Amino acid sequence: MPKSLKGDAVHMKNSSSLKRLSVRKFLYILPFMILLGIFAYYPLYGWVYAFFDYKPPIPLSRSEFVGFKWFHSLVENQVKIDQLLQVIKNTFGMSGMTLLFSWLPMIFAIFLTEIKAVRFRKFIQTVTTLPNFISWVLVYSLAFSMFSSEGIINGLLNELGWIDSPILFLQKSDHVWLTMWMWTTWKALGWSAILYIAAIMGIDDSLYEAAHVDGATRMQVIRHVVLPSMLPTYFVLLMLQIASFLNNGLEQYFVFQNAFNKEHIQVLDLYVYNLAMGGGSYSVSVAVSMLKSLISVVLLFSVNGLSKLTRGESIV
Amino acid sequence: MRTYRLGTTDKLISVLVYTLFSLFALVCLFPFYTIIINTISANDISARGDVSFFPKHIHFQNYVDVFKIPGLWDAALISLGRTVIGTTLTVGASAFLGFMFSQEDMWKRKFWYRFTVITMFFNAGIIPWYLTMRSLHLTNNFLAYILPTIVAPFFIILVKTFVESTPKELQQAASIDGAGTMTVFFRIMLPICKPILATVAIFAAVDQWNSFQDTLLLMTDSKLYSLQFILYNYINQASSLSTMVNLQNAGSTALTSLATKQTTTSIRMTVTVIVVAPILLIYPIFQRFFVKGIMIGAVKG
Repeated sequence: MPKSLKGDAVHMKNSSSLKRLSVRKFLYILPFMILLGIFAYYPLYGWVYAFFDYKPPIPLSRSEFVGFKWFHSLVENQVKIDQLLQVIKNTFGMSGMTLLFSWLPMIFAIFLTEIKAVRFRKFIQTVTTLPNFISWVLVYSLAFSMFSSEGIINGLLNELGWIDSPILFLQKSDHVWLTMWMWTTWKALGWSAILYIAAIMGIDDSLYEAAHVDGATRMQVIRHVVLPSMLPTYFVLLMLQIASFLNNGLEQYFVFQNAFNKEHIQVLDLYVYNLAMGGGSYSVSVAVSMLKSLISVVLLFSVNGLSKLTRGESIV
Repeated sequence: MRTYRLGTTDKLISVLVYTLFSLFALVCLFPFYTIIINTISANDISARGDVSFFPKHIHFQNYVDVFKIPGLWDAALISLGRTVIGTTLTVGASAFLGFMFSQEDMWKRKFWYRFTVITMFFNAGIIPWYLTMRSLHLTNNFLAYILPTIVAPFFIILVKTFVESTPKELQQAASIDGAGTMTVFFRIMLPICKPILATVAIFAAVDQWNSFQDTLLLMTDSKLYSLQFILYNYINQASSLSTMVNLQNAGSTALTSLATKQTTTSIRMTVTVIVVAPILLIYPIFQRFFVKGIMIGAVKG
């Protein structure tokens, strides 16, 4: 009997046994879904702490329900308003810088693939991707070795006789947004370019040939062949970046923060941490992270809608 | 044939491109290079920041001394343990779930796939997370490093995309021959998925090795500190550690010269090199895999 007929025989099994197979397949993944439920969904229940006067170790059941008190407390006097505004400003500043330079990995990929010496290109790609794989603690340790008062840069400047006293790079409170952006770029630029390099590799050779026949210069090829084929990737990544505008992450800012740069380095994620761990204001901290998450979800659905509207497909 | 006419401006651009890329590559490599040569240079010179391009008075005493810091071995074991166990489980679960989510006849497949993927986009926040972990008795518990990482949506997407790119006939033929879901998974899909699983393994291992935040939030028992966490502590308190190691050395050997005497800088830099070494060593090997892996994943995205 040919295989296709046998296959039909399988499909003709009665529907109850098919249903059983389909449920059994679900039962296989059920334990994993439970894990996900516990570690990704169950913590959302913790948002109720934002509505109670929670002071550990007193359990929630004996804490007083206070409604929106903590949300109000964020803006109850000028000092707190100023502090919150500064944190929001920092968040917008750092995320804004990232958005502003979001085209950088694309340019990086375009010019990297323009390099015709294969070994050199591979070398550059390998070396520039490396920093992505080290942790922020390690980045900070490297930064400390380079830029602290006894660091290598100060040693070098001193040897050259350009400075008399060490420059305190890491304790500076001005240009924090810029230096944080530079560290992010140092760490992530080569890695972020990989998606674009993949997009360039996927361009049909016939497009290049046609451009060649038409006598296009290198810049013309880049502008009319390479760039347009990367824009869909750029668009998706830009949308995802906008969706995570409020999520700068904690680690980078946590390791780089000190008493001197705290005012300008404190982004929302770090603020949430410092409120709870530094100040013991658990409920306020939960209130802030709850607001942050809700706004992020709204942002995500907005860019997803925008993507559906303009490109006809969703990104999530 | 990707060739073009080359004008003068094009050549100028070429020179500029080569220079800029070389400079950026240098900026990426220099910190690693300089910190390594510092750890093998005379400690008194390196503490002044005077070792920049070449090692001075090479010695390897730092790498012996640094293991006299109490807790470093424990931390190395914790980091190694969580990387090995965590990566194995994450890869296994990602392979299985990626395969299962490609099974169109699974009950409510679309719903459960969305249920999984959507978790990449929200986050309860660190305090609700901490309270959850505490109520599960996962604070000061090694399992806290493993259990939450097992189901990893991003890796599941990578595997699912890969499985869907393989010919359907393979699975069909096997099930016609009487193979059950599990047999198809273990006998057919696992061997085929090797390239994407290698990529997932690398990402998962790097994530585990680099993880810092979970120790910071959940662990107060120093026996459970990871290497990343104690490195962070050392950066902030290296001076007391160097004094301690020097005292130990003074007891055992009288020959502690200035060049091998531990300083704040030498301790901090040596620990940094030890923490970064595994990444530097395996990086050239895994670099080949992930470029391929990301490209497979990028086809859909």
